[in-house]
Amino acid sequence: MKRNPHRTQNIAFFFLLLATLLIVVPVGLIVVIIIQKGFPAINWQFLSDMPRQGMRAGGIFPAIVGTIYLVAGAIIFALPIGLLAAIYLSEYSRDNPLNRIIKLAIVNLAGVPSVVYGLFGLALFVIFFKFGASILSGSLTLGIMILPIVITTSREALESVPQSFREVSLSLGASKWQTIRHIVLPNAIPGILTGTILGLGRAAGETAPILFTVAAFYLPQLPKSIFDQAMALPYHLYVISTQVPNVDEKIRYGTAFVLLALVLFMNLMAIIIRTKFRKKKKW
Amino acid sequence: MVTFDIKKLNVWFDSTQALKSVTMQILPNEILSIIGPSNSGKTTFLRMLNRLNDLNTRFKMNGDVLFDGQDIRKVDVELLRRKVGMVFALPLPLPLSIFDNVAYGMKMAGVNNRKRLAQVVENALKQAYLWEEVKDRMGESAFKLSGGQQQRLCIARTLAVEPEVILFDEPCSGLDPISTAKIEDAMVKLKEKYTIVLVTNNVKQAARVGDRTAFFLNGELIELDKTEKIFTVPQDNRTDGYIRGKFG
Repeated sequence: MKRNPHRTQNIAFFFLLLATLLIVVPVGLIVVIIIQKGFPAINWQFLSDMPRQGMRAGGIFPAIVGTIYLVAGAIIFALPIGLLAAIYLSEYSRDNPLNRIIKLAIVNLAGVPSVVYGLFGLALFVIFFKFGASILSGSLTLGIMILPIVITTSREALESVPQSFREVSLSLGASKWQTIRHIVLPNAIPGILTGTILGLGRAAGETAPILFTVAAFYLPQLPKSIFDQAMALPYHLYVISTQVPNVDEKIRYGTAFVLLALVLFMNLMAIIIRTKFRKKKKW
Repeated sequence: MVTFDIKKLNVWFDSTQALKSVTMQILPNEILSIIGPSNSGKTTFLRMLNRLNDLNTRFKMNGDVLFDGQDIRKVDVELLRRKVGMVFALPLPLPLSIFDNVAYGMKMAGVNNRKRLAQVVENALKQAYLWEEVKDRMGESAFKLSGGQQQRLCIARTLAVEPEVILFDEPCSGLDPISTAKIEDAMVKLKEKYTIVLVTNNVKQAARVGDRTAFFLNGELIELDKTEKIFTVPQDNRTDGYIRGKFG
């Protein structure tokens, strides 16, 4: 029997569409269910109050604040180091086996399970550096976890700036660093921000790295310094879902909703900044 | 007095030899045209003169290139590139405004005086015959200019650094005849103040603007002589074949 190219095309189209839907539908369902069950719990008291009655009532304010501190700390630590490393790798390092191994290692670090980062943070920051379970330890651990993402995406952004711009700049007598500073970096900023967005989202949502390094089970007060423990949304969610009996479903889904909204809000901010930079881009 | 003195220059990219024992001189205030088919080493030769080949990690060389009597490997590379400017094959404005494109080299050299910058930018644009067309839109993106205007902007950008030598790497390859004529006019005018090395795929262009013409083939310098001689009585029959369009 002769093959009908139209039919094969239709079959291929069907499977491609099916695969796409298989991804989209669960994501959509998660968002819909969390909004549906979580949104009714949201009110001013829930967002601004301390948890009370063993977390069965009251709000989640300390967990929100803790997560914001942790994410900010992680970015303050990871963005400068990641960016400098990316500049070195893309602009200065020569193409030799050692540097190829370094690049491969960084890409692979992005795939290391987060609980491993948690244990690493416990050993290095909490115990060895004696920071204890604190915002500092947690931020540094999260920072190390998102470093590979920041480095890899920043490197790609730097490398996507056309080589011809570099040649023009150098041919006009600019030094290599001037070329990077004035031509390469400004044109790579949108891509670098994309990496930061991805890192942000991941840092906000992870439970395992903060489990051993910062997260407090129940701490109805705000942290006073970076050496204090703090509550954080993902861990709080875990606690009220599995460790504390008889927590109202509304509170659980409300917490999930806040976490989701927080991550989406951060991403949105970064996307707006990125779009502004893209508009400034003149090529 | 010679501007560039090149002695037995060999260049390799990995194991491929791009230039084979090239010996020649470039004289002050001349337009030296370099012609030859693709892959003949013309552009590699040109990028030797401002050490742009150094960017390629596979680049290796031996022999000597002297600029004003000094070995180019021993002079400060940023200084060399300010004295030996380059205009590339395609119009390549930097992603900056028209003004900032022209002022870029000066700024990088540490000139911050606004008045001085404005003066230099205006002069450079006038020399490149672009001033009248852009004087009211200096703040606009350089990418809003037409291709021919962009290439003249690139010439102005090179002039603003006040070089001694300007290297043109097939500067008209993407331009229409009218834009080409404007750029050729500019080159002839610029010869009074600068030494010009022009790599071109267009044999007629070499005949129109060059004082002397060099013919490259497979990395070798086949012939170098006054342009009239190259085009009327070439000594080598490979040169003759190329300018008559028998190959290339």
